[in-house]
Amino acid sequence: MKLLIKNARVIDAKSNLDDQLDVLIENNKIAKIAKNIKDKDAEIIDAQDKVLMPGFVDMHVHLREPGYEYKETIKTGSMAAAAGGFTTVCCMPNTNPVIDNQGVVEFVISEARKTALINVLPIGAITKGLKGEELSEIADMQNAGIIAISDDGNGVMNADLMRRALEYASMLNILVIAHSENNDLSFGGVMNEGYISTKLGLKGIPTLAEVTMIARDIEIARYTDTCLHIAHISAKESVVLVKRAKKDGLKITCEATPHHFSLTDEAVLGYDTNTKVNPPLRAKADVQAIKQGLKDGTIDCIATDHAPHAESEKDVEYDHAPFGIIGLETALSLAISELVEPGILTLNQLCEKMAYNPAKILGLDKGYIAEGSNADLVIFDPEKESIISLANFKSKSKNTPFIGRKVKGAVALTISNGKIIYQAD
Amino acid sequence: MNEWTRKDLLGLEELSAQEIELILQTAGSFKEVSTRSVKKVPTLRGKTIVLFFFEPSTRTRTSFELAAKRLSADTLSIATSTSAIQKGETLKDTFKNIEAMKVDAIILRHSSSGVMHTLAESMGPSIINAGDGCHEHPTQALLDMFTIKEKKGKIKGLNVSIIGDITHSRVARSNIWGLKKLGANVTICAPRTLLPREIEKMGVNITTDLSKALKGADVINILRIQKERQKAGLFPSMREYAIQYGVSKEKLEKYAKKDVLVMHPGPMNRGIEIMPDVADGTYSVILEQVTNGIAVRMAVLYLVSQANSDEQEQ
Amino acid sequence: MLKKEANLMDDKMIKRTLMRISHEILERNKGTEDLAIVGIRCRGAYLAQRIADLIKEIDGSDVPVGIMDITLYRDDLTMIDYCPVVHSTKVDFDIDDKKIVLVDDVLFTGRTIRCALDELIDLGRPQNIQLAVLIDRGHRELPIRADYVGKNLPTTLKENVEVRLVEEDGKDEIVLINQKEKRQ
Repeated sequence: MKLLIKNARVIDAKSNLDDQLDVLIENNKIAKIAKNIKDKDAEIIDAQDKVLMPGFVDMHVHLREPGYEYKETIKTGSMAAAAGGFTTVCCMPNTNPVIDNQGVVEFVISEARKTALINVLPIGAITKGLKGEELSEIADMQNAGIIAISDDGNGVMNADLMRRALEYASMLNILVIAHSENNDLSFGGVMNEGYISTKLGLKGIPTLAEVTMIARDIEIARYTDTCLHIAHISAKESVVLVKRAKKDGLKITCEATPHHFSLTDEAVLGYDTNTKVNPPLRAKADVQAIKQGLKDGTIDCIATDHAPHAESEKDVEYDHAPFGIIGLETALSLAISELVEPGILTLNQLCEKMAYNPAKILGLDKGYIAEGSNADLVIFDPEKESIISLANFKSKSKNTPFIGRKVKGAVALTISNGKIIYQAD
Repeated sequence: MNEWTRKDLLGLEELSAQEIELILQTAGSFKEVSTRSVKKVPTLRGKTIVLFFFEPSTRTRTSFELAAKRLSADTLSIATSTSAIQKGETLKDTFKNIEAMKVDAIILRHSSSGVMHTLAESMGPSIINAGDGCHEHPTQALLDMFTIKEKKGKIKGLNVSIIGDITHSRVARSNIWGLKKLGANVTICAPRTLLPREIEKMGVNITTDLSKALKGADVINILRIQKERQKAGLFPSMREYAIQYGVSKEKLEKYAKKDVLVMHPGPMNRGIEIMPDVADGTYSVILEQVTNGIAVRMAVLYLVSQANSDEQEQ
Repeated sequence: MLKKEANLMDDKMIKRTLMRISHEILERNKGTEDLAIVGIRCRGAYLAQRIADLIKEIDGSDVPVGIMDITLYRDDLTMIDYCPVVHSTKVDFDIDDKKIVLVDDVLFTGRTIRCALDELIDLGRPQNIQLAVLIDRGHRELPIRADYVGKNLPTTLKENVEVRLVEEDGKDEIVLINQKEKRQ
């Protein structure tokens, strides 16, 4: 089967391409990129006024399988990803059982092969059971197919253990993704500590809990000369630390989520538990710093931290609700509305943050468009306006604070491995 | 305008100065009822009011219950141990069940801030906040203000100092909102570890020095200090707290105005945040606060019930 | 719509009427022993005070005066579209075994008086309760009648009787308003 995409504005960060072109897909690969391609056997897709980019790569999602299939499954999560323009996602190990051994890794990979529409790559736990006590069998999990290791959801509180994890992982050339949170400083907190938490009488999580941990981990990476990727940075001081580490030539990368560049802690006024997320929504100055960090390249990529929870779990007291926001299906429109429209990022830079950089950080041969490369692509309309509505979500869970928000930019079509896996109505 | 249109009382932050004044004025009229030999008026006859307390409370629950009974409402008290919450039912389900039993008002105390804010909108009965987490305790602040007004004749321009664990105090927050709206100057005083971040944005003066909080104050409101805060490492010992922040007659006479009012929302830790010579002394209006609590709560029950029946009529 | 007002009484007539009622009260109760006067807020309260003053003028003795706010006893609280402001009741004397003269400006459906009777009985056990009104306009909905009436005035339901007093309105007069207005 052949697909011919006509008149798309093709944007590719790797080759710095931005031109009106046709793209021919044959045998799961991009066969040709040129003007006015003619092929009478191919199915034609008209992409006039639309943008074609490499399929997005999300290095931070929670697909909840195994163990919490009522929140999300690999199948429903991959459908949500497809609807959001993602063709590769990396799923975090805080499942039940935890992805901390070869057996669970193999389960996720085989389940993904059977049910997922896109590439689903598991991330293994740094420590057994995410307990922060002993290293998991990282090499064994790598042989089974993990793409990175992380204790996401928990900070590795033991600094010595973090040092050993970085050293051990560097030997295997596998990426460590740090969830930077000092649990002593964040203990009991449910939202950002500041005026809003004071007003609402909710226990705050200070930026300090994130910043001190990032500072520690940067110094461990410096001392051990290892790579480190920092997940979901949210505080302005975190951006400063990463910027300086990069300037010092350290191999540090980091990501930010759409909710951390789109919302401040003022969203918590009214106690909507869908605003409860970890790290928490921060103050205005932090949001500005995240945007600036994305603009100046301090923040390498956008990751959704897609964290589905059932309605009944969120429909409780703010104190008792679980942390998490779903993000796969709102990421592109939030990025266009909050970053591209105000001129913070060009579309080319957006392509870099959502496709090329995450693939590069993970060492994947993905996230770019070239003749001969795998046909993982997204076509979207950057101008289309819409209101985010509950009815449209493919994810099993609907825990998002963005319902009712007016946004710009909508995915029209997603192609994974040469096949159309999502098409907007 | 003397108009009350709210079916719920969730906090003082959202009230206007006029609405607060109306409650205080109405409470003034209700105070007389409790002085009669038949301490009861038929105003809320046939209404059912549920007192739902998820946290232990003697004073507030008794006060609300008496207020409701003196307005002839039928009351039902539910404590945590007997509720379905412990069987895994969500709070929302519990409330939908109570609503289905056609009650008219729910007086709710809960340890989580903001619980009623998400519930109130979707609920038919009036919801009255009897304390939610560290957020608000509006009727306590209203009775504090009522007592100040009764004793001082006004609130505007008075210097009110709130002393104690501000971080964990819903009484402090409600008092700050209410007093600021009515034009008082509010100072808060606590060890720095018990002052919440960016509290200055609420428009209060801050000091960690008790003598500064006492100087020039027309009213001091002393908050209860809880032993668990010490265990959480927020201050070294109860002994040190008592030395640094305990209000004694000696300190009052040394620093405070001659006609200062001393208030405490109770229950008191005698000898810790308040010395017995102050609690029982001439400056103290602590028992009058308790008396006024009933009048204030009668006024609140009356106003929200009226507004809620109007709403249902339309 | 234009308000049509017709004067029913001026200040002099009101004064004469109150004087007559005061005499009648004294006559019927054979003096002021155990007598007390309670006015219903707000205009009944002023009338009660005036009657007490007149009795003092006539008889030389002081009669205790109380004020009652019947808002909390109303049976229509859930039917009215506003929230009436509650004022306090001030009856500072013991009403047990007293002869209470209840005073209001206009007697209409009788429901206000019913409230006042309920409230009085909650305050104690008087020997008896009598009722004095300036105007009785008819249309009773309850079996209540006044013992002392300033003027009987048959009205239609579209009409409204308004008693204005110096203490509240700046002048003494009673007018009949021919317009469908909010019921008092």
